[in-house]
Order: sequence, then C-alpha cells, then structure tokens
Amino acid sequence: MNLEKVIFGFFIVLAATLNFGFFIGDIDNPIHHDVYELFAAIVVNLIATVLKFGDRTHIGAIHLSTSLVADLQLIAAALVWGYGAHITGAGITPEITTKVVSLSGGALFANVVSMVILIAETIMQKR
Amino acid sequence: MNPESYESTFFLALRRMRAPLITLIVIYAVSILGLTLIPGLDAEGNPSRMSFLHAFYFISYTATTIGFGEIPNAFSEAQRMWVTLCIYLSVIGWAYSIGALLALLQDQNFRNAVRLQRFGRAVRNMREPFYLVCGYGETGQLLCRALDQLGVRAIVIEVSESRVSQLDLHGHSADIPALAADASQPEILKLAGLTHRYCRGVIALTNDDSANLAIAIAVRLLASQLTTLCRVEALETAANMASFGTRHIINPFDKFGRYLALALHAPAAYHLLEWLTAVPGTKVEPHRDPPRGHWVLCGYGRFGKVLVSALEQENVPITIIDHDPPLESDHRHWVRGDGSGAPALLEAGIQQAVGIVASTNDDVNNLSIVVTARKLNARLFVVLRQNLQAHQALFDAFESDFTVVPSQIIARECLAILTTPLLAPFLWQIKQRGESWASTLLDQLTSRFGWETPTVWSVRIDAAQAPALMERLKLSRIPMLLGDLLRNPHDRAQELDCRALYLVREDDTTVMLPHRHTSLQAGDQLLLVGRREARGDLELTLNNENTLEYVLRGREIPGGWVWEQLARIHARRPDSR
Repeated sequence: MNLEKVIFGFFIVLAATLNFGFFIGDIDNPIHHDVYELFAAIVVNLIATVLKFGDRTHIGAIHLSTSLVADLQLIAAALVWGYGAHITGAGITPEITTKVVSLSGGALFANVVSMVILIAETIMQKR
Repeated sequence: MNPESYESTFFLALRRMRAPLITLIVIYAVSILGLTLIPGLDAEGNPSRMSFLHAFYFISYTATTIGFGEIPNAFSEAQRMWVTLCIYLSVIGWAYSIGALLALLQDQNFRNAVRLQRFGRAVRNMREPFYLVCGYGETGQLLCRALDQLGVRAIVIEVSESRVSQLDLHGHSADIPALAADASQPEILKLAGLTHRYCRGVIALTNDDSANLAIAIAVRLLASQLTTLCRVEALETAANMASFGTRHIINPFDKFGRYLALALHAPAAYHLLEWLTAVPGTKVEPHRDPPRGHWVLCGYGRFGKVLVSALEQENVPITIIDHDPPLESDHRHWVRGDGSGAPALLEAGIQQAVGIVASTNDDVNNLSIVVTARKLNARLFVVLRQNLQAHQALFDAFESDFTVVPSQIIARECLAILTTPLLAPFLWQIKQRGESWASTLLDQLTSRFGWETPTVWSVRIDAAQAPALMERLKLSRIPMLLGDLLRNPHDRAQELDCRALYLVREDDTTVMLPHRHTSLQAGDQLLLVGRREARGDLELTLNNENTLEYVLRGREIPGGWVWEQLARIHARRPDSR
C-alpha cells in the first residue's frame, strides 16, 4: 500500500462527495444547500489540485485540468453567494440559490470525471 | 545533465511546492471557518456570526500583515482569542511557504533548468538562418566575431562556463544565444537547434577530437542535409570522419602544410588565396616568398611531420632537430638536441640554410629557437608556430615571415566555406592556372582594392536574391551584360568598386573572370570581390526596379502613380525632349 496514493484518492473522493452533498436537494431552496458545505468543498478541492501538481504523466495532466475546472466553478459559486448575501441586500433568494447550485453542479461533473480517471488508473494497474 | 532531466527538475520543483501550498490552504480554511463559527456582536450589540465574505476579507488582510482593524464590527472577546491564534498561524504559514520558494529558486539544478529553458526558447524563436558553433575557444571567438560582422547569426555551445560568460563581454551586434553544456551529447545539439529549420550548418571547433567526432556523427544521423565543418588534429580521426561522409574536415596543420607548399612553388597563387580568404577586418601583409634551398625544422611533432612531408613534396632538403631519436626506417638528415641552443642549430647547418621552421608545441621555446637562429643567420626565412593567443604580443614583436596560428587558419577556412561556397572551386582553379596567370590577377586586384581584406561574396540570379533583375530578364530580349550591371546606382558613370571573378551557369558551365560583355542569364551564380559598399550597392540594383532602370538606361523612373502619369504627359508633349 502506498500512503501517497491513499491521501491522493482520499482528497479526490472527498472533494467529489462534499460537492455532491452541497448540490443535492431542490435547486432553488436555500435550506437544502448549506454554505459551510460549499466552503468545505472549495478547500478540499484546492488541496486536491495542489496534490496533482508535478505529475509528468498524461493522466496526471488530465487530473490537474479537471481539478482546475472544479475550482473555477466552485469559486464562481462562492462569488455569486457573496454577491447575493451581501451586495444585493435581498439575502439568499431562490434565484441566487439556483445560480450557486447550478455552478456547483458543473463542478460536480468535473469531480466525477476526476473520479472516473482515478478508477480507470487503478484498474489499469497490473497488480 | 541532459534536457530530459532538466525538464523533470521543473516537475520536481512543483512537487516540492505541494506541502507549503497545502499548509497555506489549510491555515486559511481553519481560520476562516473558526471566524464564521465563533459568536460575535453586531452594531446594535445583538449576538451574530461573521459571514464567509467578511471572514475571508478579514483573514486576507490580517494574514498578509496589512491589518485594517476589526471590520465590520468590533470583535467579541471569543473572536479576539481566535484571531490571535490565526495571526500566529498565518505568519508561520507564510514564512514556511516563502522560505520553501526561495530555497527552490536558489537550487542549482533548478537554476540550470531555468537557464536551459531560456536558451531553448531563444533558439526556437530564431527566425533567420544561423550556424551552430560548438566550442567558444580562440577559434570559436574569431569565427563568431567574423560571422557577426558579416551579419550571420550564430548559436554557441561551450563546455566551460567562464567562456560562455565572456561572450556577453565581446559586444556582438546581434544576440548570440549560448549554453554551457557538452556539445557531444545529441540532446544538447537538438536543443541548440540542430533540427531547427533555419539551421544552416554545424561547426565543431572544440579542442577535443573525439567530441568533434561525436558532433559530426550526430549531425550525419540527425540532420544529414546540413553542412558540417569539423576541426581535427589527429589523422585517424579525420579518416574516421571522412568515412561517414563529413565533407569539410579542417586540419589546421595539414592546411598550413599545403599553404607552405603552394607558397614555395607558386607564390603569387598563394598570395591571391591568402588575400581572398582573409578574416574580415584584418589587413593582409604581403611578405617575402619562401626561398628554395636547405631548410631546418625544430620539433618533429604533429605539425612538424605535416610540414616535412609538404616540403619534401616540393623537393626541398630538410634537416630535423628533435630530442627523440629518428626511427630506424627514417633516412632523413637528423640532429638530436635542443633547437633553442646554438650547437644543435650549427650542427644542422643553420649558416647555409635558407629557412627555419620552429614547430614545437611550446611558444617560448619556439621564440627562443628563432631568435637564436636569426642571430646565426640574419637572412633566414622564419616560419613560427604560435600555440596560444595569449602570447600574441611576443609574436608581434618578433617579425617572422609566417606565423602559424591554428585558430586563425581554422576560422578563415570555415568562413570561406560558409559564406561563399563558390570560392572553393575558384581557388582550385587558381592552383590549376599556373603562376603567371595568378600573378597578373593579383596585381590587377591589389592595385585596385589595396591589400586590405576585400569583401568576397556570391550572388545567385533568382527571384529571391535579384527580383528586379529577374523581372527584366523575363521581359526583354536584349542580352543583359555584366558590365552594364556593375555600375554605381548613385552615379552610373562610375563603375562599382567590385569585380566578378567566377560565373557558374545553371547547366554547370563555368566562366573564369567574366568580363563586361559577358551576358547574364537567370540562374547564374556570380562570385564577386570588392569593397563592402559595392556589395550593398549591387544588392540595391538587383532588388529595386527603379535603381536597376537607372543603372542600365540612365533614366530615373518616377515613383508613384501620379508622377508616372505626369511623366507620360511630359514625354508626349512635342516641344519637350
């Protein structure tokens, strides 16, 4: 067992599960989407991205790019949330919630791709 | 180290930044999360919690030590406790990350990798033809300076780091990308543009025969269409290179041996050759011709052997002075001893000799030999071997007839091959035509252009090098005469300060010394010699239609549509001429 692989797999899966947890629920209902979960998803995603730095293989490059996509989407979602909560003055309305959740849905897709690559890579291992 | 491993250094560097970056992310995350969870008070004193936006804002300016204060409201005691912890955490985080980054930037491997990348980028961005020069020793420096003066780009690979840094001090007018690396490695050669589409040739000038051999074979296998010039000192290596088809193998000693033989039996041809192939920016000094008669040679090494065989070919009797005993099979006249002392020289018959060659590999020894010899016989013709450029001042002070500087011979030969490929067949013709022919030509040329190094260049009449002339050749049926073309574009009454030496037609027929009534055709290649300005003037004539019209017909064509129309009206008017 390789400790590096364990940590790597842990963060990728955790990023995807947190993302999924935030995404699930009615798309316009703020009660179904907790902002702390979004925060956790962003942090774990960032850590997963840094873990993918410096891998020279082709699969490593794809890993990094999917992770960057997820980061981008999640940070965009956080920005929209901040805009709704503080700048509009109306608070977290169903419209804002819809935007935040759909952006995180995009990130979820990127995270799923990341997971698929991880699984494919594992299956390709001969041992 | 090869480029592969340099590249992996970058990835290694990224990997080494993983831990500091993750530490920073975690510290930020914990601090922000804590701030949003710990109860605080709003403006009215009611309990409330900080929002993520405010927490992120606060941590961002606190962690970077900007410190705007407690925003948006004054903090509760619990928040202050937490913030105190955050401040120390973030300072540790930043100190760790920046320290790691600086350590990485200081790392020698990493810096090499950056240098290599920069060099590689400079090579890839080359957009004009260039030569790859391997070895920036004396020869390489001479050659690079000459190439730079001729406006030809070069890229340098040199093993010694200190020589590479010297390159910046030499003040070339064009930028010469240089890399401190071992040129005998194919990966390095490739990185330096061996397979680049603008690479015109590779010049291997390192002082190591085996490295030059490695370069030659790499070029042969990876880019066989390129011109390769190789410096070689051992005959076996030269034979090895020739076996896989290296065309230009330059052995400075062998080259000089041939020059000396030529100078002995055809002095004028030798002078002509020297004048035509001199390094730009130097003055060729006509020296007296080597006399025939008894010669003495001191130091029977690599150079000595070549010279002895060259002199023997010319049937000149030689006495050799050397420390080592002669071979059993050797029947030459041989004196064992030290050439720098008078006894050995006298024994070798220096007083009756006409010439002396000092060919040991020690400069001081060589000088001491010739100074003693001149004292014994003042009329001696002296051939002196100079090994190091550093001793230039000493060699300048002693006025020898020939000073053999290998680096200059190689640089000259390289330049002749690279810049004017037509020169080699012409020089061969010089040797064939005989002495009186060469002597007449030399007199004509030097009385017209002087003994300064002339500009020798070749022109091909095609759409790329002579678009205006090609256009005219297509339209007119009248033969284009060489004499009409070689006129000054500023005043056509004057001839251009240059002379055509050699003409090669498209069907490979050649004309030696084409005269003014020789007609020119498309596809002709001309070898010209003359002053530097003449080259620019001729280029203008060949490229610009208006200039060409003036040079050929004496008419100024007005530029632009309006002036053309006016000129036409003016020409139609009956009273105007």
